[in-house]
Amino acid sequence: MKHIATVVIGAGHCGLAMSKQLLDRGIDHVVLDRGKVANSWRTQRWDSLRLLTPNWQSRLPGHAYAGSDPDGYMTMPELAGHLQAYSDRVGAPVETDTTVLRVNATSDGYIVDTDRGSWTCRSVVVASGACAVPVVPALSSGLPAGIASLNPFAYRNPQQLRPGGVMIVGASATGVQLAREIRASGRDVLLCVGEHVRLPRLYRRRDINWWMDAMGLMDVRHDEIPDLERARRLPSAQLIGTPERETVDLNTLRDAGVEIVGRLVALDGGEAKFSGALANHCALADLKMNRLLDSIDAWVAASGHDHGFGPPHRFEPTRLDRTPRLGLDLRHGRIETIIWATGFRPDYSWLDVPVLDRKGRMRHSGGIVASRGMYVMGLPFMRRRKSSFIDGAAADARDLADHMLSFLVRAAA
Amino acid sequence: MTVTAKHLFERNETMTTALSTSQGVNNGVNVAALLGAREALSQMPEAAAFKWRASCEWIQGTHSRSTIGGFFGLGAEQSRTKTFSVEADHPEVFASEDTAPTPVELVLAGLAGCLTAGVAAVAQNRGIQLHSVKASLEAEMDIQGILGIDDEVRNGFSAVHVHFDIRADASRDEIAALVAQSQKRSAVFDIITNPTAVHVTVG
Repeated sequence: MKHIATVVIGAGHCGLAMSKQLLDRGIDHVVLDRGKVANSWRTQRWDSLRLLTPNWQSRLPGHAYAGSDPDGYMTMPELAGHLQAYSDRVGAPVETDTTVLRVNATSDGYIVDTDRGSWTCRSVVVASGACAVPVVPALSSGLPAGIASLNPFAYRNPQQLRPGGVMIVGASATGVQLAREIRASGRDVLLCVGEHVRLPRLYRRRDINWWMDAMGLMDVRHDEIPDLERARRLPSAQLIGTPERETVDLNTLRDAGVEIVGRLVALDGGEAKFSGALANHCALADLKMNRLLDSIDAWVAASGHDHGFGPPHRFEPTRLDRTPRLGLDLRHGRIETIIWATGFRPDYSWLDVPVLDRKGRMRHSGGIVASRGMYVMGLPFMRRRKSSFIDGAAADARDLADHMLSFLVRAAA
Repeated sequence: MTVTAKHLFERNETMTTALSTSQGVNNGVNVAALLGAREALSQMPEAAAFKWRASCEWIQGTHSRSTIGGFFGLGAEQSRTKTFSVEADHPEVFASEDTAPTPVELVLAGLAGCLTAGVAAVAQNRGIQLHSVKASLEAEMDIQGILGIDDEVRNGFSAVHVHFDIRADASRDEIAALVAQSQKRSAVFDIITNPTAVHVTVG
């Protein structure tokens, strides 16, 4: 049994950012990962995926992007290289190929059991990712036999799919990206669209993330917004990172030949049923996008100078068929594959400390978990709007490391 | 269930007055009470399980009368001081007496009532003063379905159109957002746009 002050679980951007902050404070720690650094970025993402944030925004504590393409979007191998180089440079004490099997509370801290021995510690940082498990809705059990069912972790590229049409359930970042590339491979694609967040890649010649960062929206804190629960549930925006800085939305997908239908609400006797609320889901998304664009325009006007921004404009409202399809018999052969792009959740199956709420979510305040000495990172709007972004790890790790340092000092006293 | 739950939705005139004074907006919706109920119910979800009821008796022909009284919610039977009665019939073109609206028209009235209440509540919550809210609804139906002429035609509506005319101290987009948010949180809109399992038994 080894003893250490802090065990950090997960060597992704969050775990590494925390490690740097702990090194700066002289807090003795180890970073455990079941694979290599950036394991899930390396192993659980489809081939074409690039980050949805530009390179300049992949900042980490003490590290800014210095490459030649600040406005580009990293591929997954590039990101893994970026994080590995960061880990090496800061000297993060990472133990790779070490799977955490169980974490239990003790009288003065925690015991972390791994497949390579156990650690006792005062403090634990859960940095194992907000997107560790694909969420597939219960209605998927009604899927008729003979149709292939995939989640985004199993999907790599269109060539892997069997011939025939593909129904993609969910139109957030994952769903729209998969619909785009599977349609481009020549397949019939049906996209089921519920509530979604529509954003243009570029507005007034700047990346949408540039605007949100410059206006301070990414720094808005968890204790500053009126409805935190709703902010935390917000689906990922419809964005894609491409060298051409393309916008992907329901209009571009429709023009490419993707059939847009409402949210999948039932699979009953082989028949898929789609919600009739599609038009309202699109209206909500268009209105929300326009409110953001209004606030950008107001911010530019208030700042009093124009840094080569283009003129204000508005995007075409989402176009829909007058009578969108409400049902499809899946036994008729049009659809051979269903992909569940219905979100992700963290995996706490190894966590034997009573810190989860009735829906299995971590109980925490700004990343400070409801168990002394335990911290979590990377969850949506955890401390700030940017908490689930790579760029959010630095500020959150700094705050939580400060909190941890005073906790450890008090615990030792 | 606790007393807190039972009193969640009770009218609180002091609160309404305070709210309307502070924001200068009064649509007659006690948003503070609704938000308080939302907060409390998120802590005790079992109190959020409601059962709505209606009973119906055949009068004659296509004419029937439904009676609506108590319901279950907040962990207890909720009684009203009175019962409501809603009649339904079919029009003369269906060789009926036309003594009351048709059931499908009552569905439209239910949708209109639900969306309109939602518009008022959302407007109050967002500090928007309403002056008038008018909704007109039209549903399309091919009656070859109900007459059994063509099995490929469904019995129900093939489309529902709702048009709102709203006068309020708000921009066009703000008014559109009121209507969109009202649909997002509407029970009847959900009932009409999404499937529901219906269990029918015979005594």
